[in-house]
Amino acid sequence: MSETSSASQPQIHARGLTKRFGSFTAVDGIDFDVAPGEAFGFLGPNGAGKTSAMRMIGTVSPVTAGELTIFGLDPARHGARIRSRLGVVPQADTLDNELSVLENLLIYGRYFDLSWAESRRRATELLEFVQLTERANDQVEPLSGGMKRRLVIARALINEPSLLLLDEPTTGLDPQARHLLWDRLYRLKQRGVTLCLTTHYMDEAEQLCDRLVVMDRAKIVAEGSPRELIDRYVTREVLELRFHRPEGETDDSAVLGKKLEGLAERIEQLPDRVLVYATDGEAAAAAAYERGLRPASVLVRRSSLEDVFLRLTGRSLAE
Amino acid sequence: MVGLRIALPLAMRRPTRLVQRNMLVYRHSFMVIFSGFFEPLFYLLSMGFGVGALIGDVALGDGRSVPYAVFVAPALLASSAMNGAIYETSNNFFGKLKYAKLYDAIIATPMSLQDVARGEVLWALMRGSLYSIGFLGVVGLLSLVGLGLISSPLAWLAFPSATVVGYAFAGAGMAATTFVRKWRDFDFLQLAIMPMFLFSGTFYPIDAYPAAVQTFVQLTPLYRGVHLIRAFTTGSLDATLLIDLVYLIAMGTVGLAITSRRLGKLLLA
Repeated sequence: MSETSSASQPQIHARGLTKRFGSFTAVDGIDFDVAPGEAFGFLGPNGAGKTSAMRMIGTVSPVTAGELTIFGLDPARHGARIRSRLGVVPQADTLDNELSVLENLLIYGRYFDLSWAESRRRATELLEFVQLTERANDQVEPLSGGMKRRLVIARALINEPSLLLLDEPTTGLDPQARHLLWDRLYRLKQRGVTLCLTTHYMDEAEQLCDRLVVMDRAKIVAEGSPRELIDRYVTREVLELRFHRPEGETDDSAVLGKKLEGLAERIEQLPDRVLVYATDGEAAAAAAYERGLRPASVLVRRSSLEDVFLRLTGRSLAE
Repeated sequence: MVGLRIALPLAMRRPTRLVQRNMLVYRHSFMVIFSGFFEPLFYLLSMGFGVGALIGDVALGDGRSVPYAVFVAPALLASSAMNGAIYETSNNFFGKLKYAKLYDAIIATPMSLQDVARGEVLWALMRGSLYSIGFLGVVGLLSLVGLGLISSPLAWLAFPSATVVGYAFAGAGMAATTFVRKWRDFDFLQLAIMPMFLFSGTFYPIDAYPAAVQTFVQLTPLYRGVHLIRAFTTGSLDATLLIDLVYLIAMGTVGLAITSRRLGKLLLA
């Protein structure tokens, strides 16, 4: 396929994409496309194959089998050309600890063949964008986790990429730092930068992604917008019931299950709580009371991608 | 400068980006660089002039005899080129590769693994050249005050020769480092470097050895480096210099090729 830049051409195109390490299959024949300007996410627990997929897209991990093109180019043959238009935010910060904040950006621009002057112009602008201007001449090591992440994002933008790859961009950050980061990513999206990210946080996926795939054990198990996935796989509301388990009492889940039977279209018993998937959560709670159940706490909430994941895999994302 | 930039293809320009990165790092601690400058100088003073006063003249292969300092100075230059290259491509390179994850960040850019390998070798050579220039400068100064250490108008060729020695050890050192798993493995490297420094015709002519040992020593890279540089500083030239050159350039080039391949295995999983 020759390189074209038509608006309709996907930024990333994968069919049957597979990555194996020896006998271990990290990515097992996945299909997806990422359109220009889209924010696309891989949602899944650790070890689902998200990072392996990202590394193949970043052209730093050879494809074992299947088809993969980035900007219509083959990563095996045009790695350098692809990378020149790519921004990469890896899971672990790979900042240059021997250089200052500003120097990290300057030299990274040089790796992308920018002149010193152009690199400096962009670096200054980017430090402003990620709110690190005051720290420009500081060493990298003492920066907080959130600041380091922002610096890595600034670094990934030095070549003005049309596609930004982010592997677990906010893992390990406090809520305030996460929100600042999401805000910056949202602004990039507004500017037309295509985002491709992995996350195991459903709130992150809901906040940032136009469309996502749910990955579990090397495979894609569902695809759609966050809203679509919730509508398709779970009810609008979830009733969460927690029960006191009296000391010495053994497993009462069978008894509990009997009592809950038929209360809603789907009931999920977790070790610490019971999830009742109902169109009307309040009504379900009332019905549970009528059946003589006396939970210690009752919560009705909107269903989330977490519930989608639980439904699809039978496991919780957070573990 | 502009003309040069356009003329050089990317394949040659990209490795220099890594050199620029290293220069940025050392900009803040430039004195560290100079530490490597004094070691060969101290050896020259103690061995060349101190011990040399006890020894007197040493016979060169071509029948001439020269003062001991003249004999030992080129060997110290070769050893310093070796040490500089090994220092930069062992501990420093290993730290950047395994712990700083420097190259993981770099390969996300258009820079290739070859660019990384070439860039680090180029840097090691530049750093080594600084020491060679310093050493030769001191040798030149000593000649001005009558302590002549040079007996040939071709002595200036000792500088490019030292660079060739540096290239050989930088390439081989980097290749070896890509196989290293932990810091302690470098002890084995020292086990190879130290005897070479002492026994490669550095401090005395190798005809002190039995024939079999002589042949073995002649196969070691530092011997070839000492032989090459000494030929230029003493003006004792013959066709065997070609063996030195081919040997050392091949060693560096093969080392570079192995390094690129190994980096691929280590970084592109």
